Amino acid sequence: MKTAHKLGALAILVLLLAAPPLLKSYGVYLFTTWLIFIIATMGLNLTVGYAGQKSLGHAAFFGLGAYTVAILLQHGVSFWIGLPTAMALCFVIGILLGFPALRVQAIYLAFATLGFNTAVWLVMRNEEWLTGGTFGINGITRPSLFGTSLDGALPYYYFVLVIALVLAGLLWGLLRSPWGKAFTALRDNPIRAESLGINIQRYTLLAFAIGAVYAGIAGALFGSLVQFIEPAPFTVGASIMMYLMVVVGGPGYFFGPVLGSAVGVLLPEWLRFAQAWYLFVFGALVVLLMLWLPDGLLSIPDRLKARRQAREASAARAASAAAAEQAAQKGEGQ
Amino acid sequence: MAAPLLKVTDLKKSYGAIQAVGGVSFEVMPGEIFGVIGPNGSGKTTMFNSVLGQITPDAGRIELNGRNITGLSPLQLNQRGVGRTFQTLQVFGKMTVRDNLIVAAQEHQGTMFSRMFAPGDSGLGQKADELIDLFRIRHVADKKAGELSYGQQKLVDIAMAFMSEPDLVLLDEPCAGVNPSLVGGISTLLKQLNQKGKTGGKVSSFVVIEHNMDFVMDLCHRILVMVEGQVMAIGTPAEIRANKQVLDAYLGS
Repeated sequence: MKTAHKLGALAILVLLLAAPPLLKSYGVYLFTTWLIFIIATMGLNLTVGYAGQKSLGHAAFFGLGAYTVAILLQHGVSFWIGLPTAMALCFVIGILLGFPALRVQAIYLAFATLGFNTAVWLVMRNEEWLTGGTFGINGITRPSLFGTSLDGALPYYYFVLVIALVLAGLLWGLLRSPWGKAFTALRDNPIRAESLGINIQRYTLLAFAIGAVYAGIAGALFGSLVQFIEPAPFTVGASIMMYLMVVVGGPGYFFGPVLGSAVGVLLPEWLRFAQAWYLFVFGALVVLLMLWLPDGLLSIPDRLKARRQAREASAARAASAAAAEQAAQKGEGQ
Repeated sequence: MAAPLLKVTDLKKSYGAIQAVGGVSFEVMPGEIFGVIGPNGSGKTTMFNSVLGQITPDAGRIELNGRNITGLSPLQLNQRGVGRTFQTLQVFGKMTVRDNLIVAAQEHQGTMFSRMFAPGDSGLGQKADELIDLFRIRHVADKKAGELSYGQQKLVDIAMAFMSEPDLVLLDEPCAGVNPSLVGGISTLLKQLNQKGKTGGKVSSFVVIEHNMDFVMDLCHRILVMVEGQVMAIGTPAEIRANKQVLDAYLGS
C-alpha cells in the first residue's frame, strides 16, 4: 500500500470509529446506511470495476439478501442462519446471472441484468404469500451477538462496521491474489486473457457471484437496520444508483465505493437545503463529474501524477535541448 | 525422422462463397522455426486462427504431439502448451510490465482454488525477471504497459507468450509496425529463445506469419508460401528464394 493510501484508509477508519457516538440517532442511522452501501458497492466494484462486467441488477441481490433473512425470521429462523442462506442464494443466482455475460457484453449485458432486476422486483411485489407484496414485511428484529443485543443504534452500527471491515479485508486479499490479476485481464482484454490460459468463463461467473454475495450481505444488514422492507429500495433505479456510486467513486479503485457511497447516501442529506432542487443539483454534479473525471473521484491523484510527469518530461527535454545548444555554441567558439 | 510437433492436414475454411483456406497441409518439427508468408488475403490469418481455436475449421485435422486438437478452444490450447501473439498489440495496459508477464503464466500454477490464496506474483517473479532481462525491458518493468512506446509494448507482448514455457508459439506478424532497428532485435530474441528451448527441457518451436521478407528469410528454418488459400510451396529459405512460381506470384523480381 502506498503511503497516501494508508493515510486515506486511516482517516476513513478514524472517522468511522469515532464519529457516530458524537452524532444524533439519525446521524448514526445515516452512517450505518453508508456502511451498508459500501459493502454492496464493494461487491459491484468487483463485478464492474475490476472484472468489467456491466451489471445493472445489483439491487436485486441487495433485495434477495434482505427478503431471505426477513422471510426466514418470520418463520422463526435466526439471523445467523438467514445470513449464510442469503449469501448462498445470492452466490448461486449470481452465477446464473453471469451466464448471459458469457455471450453478451457492455450495454447488452446491462439490459440483460436490468431485466433480471425487474423480474426479481416483480416477484417481491406480486408474490404476496411470500413477500407481503407492496405491504412488505414488518417487524424485522435485529440480531444479537453472543447474548449481546444489537438493538441500539450504536451497537448495530459497530456490528455493521466490523462486518464491513472483514469484507473489505477479504476483498483486498482476493484482489492481491492471482485472482485480482485474472479479473483485470478479463476486463481489459478477454481474448488475450483466454489465450494465456485464463478461464474467462469461470472468472466472469465468479465476478458476478462474489459481487452478488456482497450485495446479499448488505441487503440482510439493511433489512435489520430499517426493520421493515418493501420492494421500493430494490428497483432498477436502485441498481442504477449503485452503479453510479461505483462510477463516481472510481471503478477499479479499492476505496472508490467508500467515496461513491458517501456521494450517494450522505450527499443527498447535505443537499437538503436545496429541497425540491436537490435532484437537479445532484444530477448536475454527476454530469460535471463525468465530464471532468470519467474515471471517478479517486482518479484525481493519478491525473495529478500524470500531469506532473508530463511537466517533468518536458522540462527535461527543454534542459537537454538547452545543454545541446550550449555545447554547440562552445564548439563554434573554439 | 522425429514425429512432428504440429501436424495440419487438409485444413479448409470458407466464408460464404469465399474459400479462405482450401486444403492446407504442413508439419512443424520440434525445435523448428516455421515461417508462413503470402500476399494479403491469402488465408494466412484464417489458417492461423483455425489452428489457434479462434475459429472452427470446416474440415481438416490439427494434431499437436500426435494428439488431435482440432476445434479446441484457445483456453484448452494454451493449457496444452500452445502460446501465441496477436497481429495487433494485446498487452494489459493498466497493469505493470511485470504483472503482464506474471498474469501470462499464473493460470499454469496450482488450481483455481489454490490461486485464491497464492502470493500476488504466483511465485513467477524470477521467471518474469529472466524474460525482462532477456528482452531488455528492465528499465520499464514497473511502469504500466499502456504507458510504453509501441516497440516496447511489442516486446512485452512477445515476452508474455513465452512466460508459461509453451511447446509451440505462434507469432502473428511480430514485426508489424516495429521500427527497422527493433526488427533485428526481435529476430535475435526469437533465435535465442529457440536455442534456449533446445538446451532446456522444453522445446521452443515457432510458427511465424510475417510480411518482412528479410526477417523471415533470416529467421526461419522452413517457409510455407500461401497463395489464394492454397500451399504454393514449402521449403528452406534458399529453396523459396529460388522457386520461380513463388517469385512470380509473390516475391516479385
